[in-house]
Amino acid sequence: MAQNPFPLGKDELLKAYRTMRTIREFEERLHVDFAKGDIPGFVHLYAGEEACATGIMMHLNDNDRIASTHRGHGHCIAKGVDVHAMMAEIYGRSTGACRGKGGSMHIADLSKGMMGANGILGAGAPLICGAALAAKVRGDRGVGITFVGDGASNQGTFLESLNLAAVWNLPVVFVVENNGYAESTAMEWAVSCDSYVDRATGFGMPGVTVDGTDFFAVYEAAGEIIRRARDGGGPALLECNMVRFYGHFEGDAQTYRAKGELEAIRASRDCLTILSERVIEAGVIGRDELQAIDREVNALIEDATRAAKAAPLPTPDDLLRDVYVAY
Amino acid sequence: MSRKISMKQAINEALDLEMRRDPTVIVMGEDIVGGTGAQGEDDAWGGVLGVTKGLYAKHGDRLMDTPLSESAYIGAAVGAAACGLRPVAELMFLDFMGVCFDQIFNQAAKFRYMFGGKAETPVVIRGMVGAGFRAAAQHSQMLTPLFTHIPGLKVVCPSNAYDAKGLLIQSIRDNDPVIFCEHKNLYGLECEVPAESYAIPFGEANVLRDGDDVTIVSYGLTVHRAMEAAAALAKDGTEAEVIDLRTLSPIDWDTIVESVERTGRLVVVDEAHPRCNLATDIAAFVGQNAFGALKAGIQMVTAPHTPVPFAPSLEDLYVPSADSIASAVKRTLSPKGASPRIAA
Ligand SMILES: Cc1ncc(C[n+]2csc(CCOP(=O)(O)OP(=O)(O)O)c2C)c(N)n1
Ligand SMILES: [Mg+2]
Repeated sequence: MAQNPFPLGKDELLKAYRTMRTIREFEERLHVDFAKGDIPGFVHLYAGEEACATGIMMHLNDNDRIASTHRGHGHCIAKGVDVHAMMAEIYGRSTGACRGKGGSMHIADLSKGMMGANGILGAGAPLICGAALAAKVRGDRGVGITFVGDGASNQGTFLESLNLAAVWNLPVVFVVENNGYAESTAMEWAVSCDSYVDRATGFGMPGVTVDGTDFFAVYEAAGEIIRRARDGGGPALLECNMVRFYGHFEGDAQTYRAKGELEAIRASRDCLTILSERVIEAGVIGRDELQAIDREVNALIEDATRAAKAAPLPTPDDLLRDVYVAY
Repeated sequence: MSRKISMKQAINEALDLEMRRDPTVIVMGEDIVGGTGAQGEDDAWGGVLGVTKGLYAKHGDRLMDTPLSESAYIGAAVGAAACGLRPVAELMFLDFMGVCFDQIFNQAAKFRYMFGGKAETPVVIRGMVGAGFRAAAQHSQMLTPLFTHIPGLKVVCPSNAYDAKGLLIQSIRDNDPVIFCEHKNLYGLECEVPAESYAIPFGEANVLRDGDDVTIVSYGLTVHRAMEAAAALAKDGTEAEVIDLRTLSPIDWDTIVESVERTGRLVVVDEAHPRCNLATDIAAFVGQNAFGALKAGIQMVTAPHTPVPFAPSLEDLYVPSADSIASAVKRTLSPKGASPRIAA
């Protein structure tokens, strides 16, 4: 076996691959089942963006908090939210992560430090400042990570949070998931500065841009700024340049893309292919080992889907339950 | 000439006609054109559900896509309105009002009064309201009572394509800020709509069905549930009058009171939460102004005091149904005191 040139051991590499594959498989299954009409509501898929969530979440534990977006399935899986509970939630079942009351856009698992996908753009940033403040007050070395799309990075809530986190020296990492589009609108048009690093500088914090389709690039950059935040060094911004493989939401015809754009990014910027090729080429992991994971993941998603479809619906009583703790 | 078109098309047509008529009308919002800055097709979206599709080809840059910054662009629409334009700003889902409410209720709504009558702010903020789309807690709310509560705002909520067209045209011509609430589950509903331009005045309810036994008042989607209930009740010999408010602020008190004075019974149906909503507002007004005419306690049918649940099985229980409206009517017909206490 060749010497491992990577910053992670073999087990960790296999874990990263498994996480990314699980996200991909989960999303592709939803894509198919949505088209069949099995899935209610709005569904925004994370396929193509797996390296970002995974490369960051490898540095976190359950005590670290994340605030996600409308495109939250990948963040959930990488943060350790149970795939069966997620699938059941998306099907509106009582066994779902939120007992069927939240749906795809609101999956949360506070026990895993996952503070929720969010239907309101930019809403996660102030919340994660609060999570980081709580960690700071407790002195437990926890960090908060908020994800925001290129589009939502123009929200006042996000920009105000950059300033607040800097002024309070909070252990927060602002991750801009730049997939080039907000719905159909190009990031290049909608974001006034040339680089998110400039934006970070303007708010008095370091900014780093990485190729978000390169798991190792994300992993290393995130590791450094998360360590820094954990050690009391304050907030930072991480921009991950990435690609989304499906429409903004399921049902989007994507006519705003250039001809051939999707085919090109799928061929050259598939983060799963990039990771697989690198570890195989380096002789650290065999293709058969990855294929074995693929089979296990496939079975897991199949089982989660089957279980979700068979799971009980919420009961009418659930409609009125949990508005308050006590009333 | 009149033809059958959907509410979505009627809104598109109203925007088109007003943009043609008045060069100060501009339309802005997120992806209302779509594809801005991208390399694919122009007008790639025409709004998230295609309401503004095709307008860019006709009016070009008077349709403006915006960055995802509601505070900034809604506020800019308000500011431009105070400076002579007539902006129509789309706020995709009116739930996003949470992000930019200051510009609406502390700014737009107050200019006229606070500046001693010297300002006019002819802005329209239009967007989707209502449940039933499986869009969960942050994309499904009926926040109309929040808006009607604010002096200075006008609030409109059409139930059909004909009204949507005439009311939107009136909203654009109106010199006060208007919150124009479009129920997303009515977008596809078609009815006869004249091709030409017409305005429906604010504060004029529409009596959709005459009846002498009970008055049912509603607006938006639940108007249709009320009509279903009325049809079912008619089979048992109960004739309900159904009033579609169309505008919530101003509101047509006269039509409501006149009807209740004739029927002696009132059921108010509101898709909003039960506390401090249109139903309680109307019930209180009628209680104060037409008490002598009432033969039974007023009944309110509303959504429950909960956020909108995602699960379809729960969401279907959330929106007032024709059955629940018919039951409320029956309670007004039963002897006094027989109606159960309804928990909010
Ligand atoms: C406050 C608010 N405004 C608008 C929307 C509607 N919306 C949902 S996702 C989206 C685009 C987000 O783009 P981006 O932030 O780049 O994230 P991506 O979808 O690309 O992951 C929009 C406009 C919303 N949910 N919340
Ligand atoms: Mg984006």
